[in-house]
Order: sequence, then structure tokens, then C-alpha cells
Amino acid sequence: MLPFSFEWIWDMSHLVFHGGLWYALSIIGMGITFCILKAAYDTYKGKGSHHP
Amino acid sequence: MDSALIPKGVKRCSIGQFILGIGLVGVVLLWGVFAMLLCWLKGLNQTNMNNAYGFAMWIWADLAVIALGGGAFFTGFLRYIIGKDELKNIINYAVLIGFICYSSALLILAIDVGQPLRGWFIFWHANVHSMLTEVAFCITCYFGVLCIEYVPLVLENRQIDKVPFFHNLSHNMHEIMAIFAATGTFLSFFHQGSLGGVPGVLFGRPFGFREGVFIWPWTFFLFIWSAAAAGPCFTILVTKITEAVTRKKLVKDNVIELLAKISGWMLLTYSIAKIADTWQWATATAPSKGFNLMDFYSNNPLYGIWVLILEIGICGVLPAIILVSNKGRKTAGALWAAVILASLGVCLNRWVMVLQVLAVPVLPFTNWNMYAPSWQEVATTILPVAYGVILIMFSYRYLPIFPQEQELNPVEPPAPQEQQAVSKPETPSDAQEAELKPAEA
Repeated sequence: MLPFSFEWIWDMSHLVFHGGLWYALSIIGMGITFCILKAAYDTYKGKGSHHP
Repeated sequence: MDSALIPKGVKRCSIGQFILGIGLVGVVLLWGVFAMLLCWLKGLNQTNMNNAYGFAMWIWADLAVIALGGGAFFTGFLRYIIGKDELKNIINYAVLIGFICYSSALLILAIDVGQPLRGWFIFWHANVHSMLTEVAFCITCYFGVLCIEYVPLVLENRQIDKVPFFHNLSHNMHEIMAIFAATGTFLSFFHQGSLGGVPGVLFGRPFGFREGVFIWPWTFFLFIWSAAAAGPCFTILVTKITEAVTRKKLVKDNVIELLAKISGWMLLTYSIAKIADTWQWATATAPSKGFNLMDFYSNNPLYGIWVLILEIGICGVLPAIILVSNKGRKTAGALWAAVILASLGVCLNRWVMVLQVLAVPVLPFTNWNMYAPSWQEVATTILPVAYGVILIMFSYRYLPIFPQEQELNPVEPPAPQEQQAVSKPETPSDAQEAELKPAEA
């Protein structure tokens, strides 16, 4: 649920539950995005291409 | 036939044996899938759940596999956050076991929901006053973390690793794995705890109800503690079973002993806390609600006081004493017994906190509600076990799960010097290939 959803209420329960969910999803999402982008950059630079 | 996919320097069974093994376990898997389809197509009338048992065998299985899969988060915590470097030799397998346990839990929930197409409701139309909402959030996110921890292993497959992008991706994921491990620990802490919190807040059911701190009953902390204690024991148990089946030593003794020692101390401190909690509940909490201890363990065909003794004494204190003692950890039979008892103990604890809570009568004029699962419930609970065995078989065959395997099981003795001089390969890569015959590779 996001704040623009009609069910959303600005209270502590919604902030704690959904804040925690978004926090965890953000870390996971940013972490994996960083890995993919860096892997693409490294591959572009020729890193790892000598690997058998 | 598939020798190009098998990690270098290790020996695996023939493809025929492998397919036969997959086929045998696959029959069990198909039986579970048939029962699962029955539940989805015909509905939850295929189960023996009723108004008294909204939570039944599936929820017990969920809680049990989540506790047993706790080895992944706790081993990851010890390896990446505390810095126990020796555990790098078992962390891959702990992650694989955790991945199987959590995917199994989600699969069981997908059957239990009854209408899996509405599974997303819990995220969008969330009840923000329910501990189970927190559990759903955390389990889903943690499964994502386990996928991220498992993917680098898949990318390390001999052929996939040849692709530069995948090689770099695997390397980069390893580099920041500590962040994912810390996130996993955070998520596990809360969902293990909230699963324990559910029976603890049921003030209408004095068998489960506990006092606690702020909004958290003591069961919240006991569930985290027991998962951190028994999860690594289950990792050791599955490692030992894998070693017995493959007739190979896959992990060095010092690694197993370190994990067993940490588990042992966790289990011992958990058992003391559990005894203190039980004492407080039996002498103060339950009497304040009008119940005596023996009201929960008499006048029924199954739940006697033996359940309490078995859970805390035989499957709690006994394995803890074995694991904290140096001699116990070093004796193979004692170690086997301890990890089996610890794993059984946490499963029994979850059974008691889910099923016995619902069985105990709460009003003077009601009787015990006894429950036996239907064959569809049994089959769908065994389904994840078969799936787990198949995933372990594939992972063991094609992925470098055990970093010490090559060292502990050299494929062939080093050739004499003269022979080496005669058959010296021309390039270093040829030398690597020449070490093994294709079939042995």
C-alpha cells in the first residue's frame, strides 16, 4: 500500500509497517541494481573476460 | 554427458544414477503436486481444518521450516557481521537450506490461502494491527534476500561463470553480501519474533498467552532465540546426511565444531530462558486466568505432561549439554543425536504453540478439540521435502556448494614426476584440463 492509496491513513501503524517494508525493499532493490550496473560497467571495461 | 557442467576437481555419480534418484524423489513430489492441485481446484474442504482449527498442519509446517531455515540468517550473521571466517566453508549450504525452507514456507502458504490469486492482498490491503502482516512482509523480503544470496552460487557454475557479465555480477554480489546478510538478519529477527508473538498475545487462550515487554510477549524473543539455536543444528544435520549419502567428507571438522559450539550455547541459554518462562507461566500467568498447569496436560488422548518434558528436557537441555561439551561435539554419534534432537525440539515447540493452543478447551463446558490431518495436508507438507531434496541434488551436482570438497576428496593421487615430465601439457589451461578425465571432472 502506498500513501496515495485511498485506504492509506497517516498513523503510526501504517508508517511503521509500510515504512519497514519500503526500507527493506529499498535496500534490496538498490543493492541488486548496483551489482547489475557495476557488472555491466566491468564487462564493458573488459574485466572478467580473461576468465576461463 | 553433463561433465562440462560439473565443478572442476570433484567427482559425481553417473548421469543415470542421478536421473534415477531424481525420478524416485520426483514420484513423491508429483504426489504432493496432485494433492496441491486438489486443494486449489476443489477448495479447503480437502483438509481437516474446521472452525476450531483455522491454523493446522500447514501452519505448523510453516513455522517449523522457518525455524529450521534460521540457520541461514544466523550463520550469515556470524560470518558477515561477527566475522567468524571459518564459517565461509558452510555458509553456501546454509543459504541453500534457508532458500529451500523459505520457498517451502511460501509454497505452503500459497496452498493455505485457498485463493492464491489474492495473495497480494496482504501487501496492498494490509491489516497494520496484525503480527501476521509483519510476518508476511518480512518472509517475502527475506526470501528475496535468500534469492540474492543463492544467485551468486548459480552464477559460479562452471559454464555460466565463463560469461564475463555473470562472472562480474557474481563477484559484485559477493562484495556487498554483508549488506544483504545484515538486512536478512533484521528481517529474520522480526518475522521469527512475530511468529512467536502470535500465540503470546492470545489472551483468550491461556495456554499460549504470555506476559512480556511493551507490546512483545516473551514468546516473541523465545522464537528468535530457538530459531537461532536450532537453525544451525539443522544445517549441520543436513550436511551430515549429505556426507553420509555421498560417502564423502564435505566440510572440515573444525567448521562443524565451531557452528555446533555456538548452537550449543544458544540452545543452553534458550533452554534456561524457556524453563524460566514456563515456570512463570505455570505458577502465575495461567492461574491468573483460572487454569492450573495440569489442566493443559490431562483429560485428552494425546497431550500429556510428556510433551513438556520431551520439548524442554530431552530435545532442549540434553542436546545443549552435548553441544557445549568438547567431547560431545567431537563424538560422531553424540553430535548426530544432538542435532537431531535439537531440530525435533524446535519442531515440537512450534507444534505445541500452534496445535495444542487450539486443542485446549478455554471454557468449562467445552472439550478438547483433537485434530488429525487429511492425506492431502500430509502430501502437501511432504511436497516441500521432496522439492528440497531435488534442489539439493541439483545444487550439489552442478554448483560449488562446498569449498573444501576438492581438498578433502582429491580425485586422483598426484602422478609421479617422471610421468609428469613425459606428458607435460603445453599451456596452463591445458594443465588444468589434463588433471582430470572428462568423466571424473
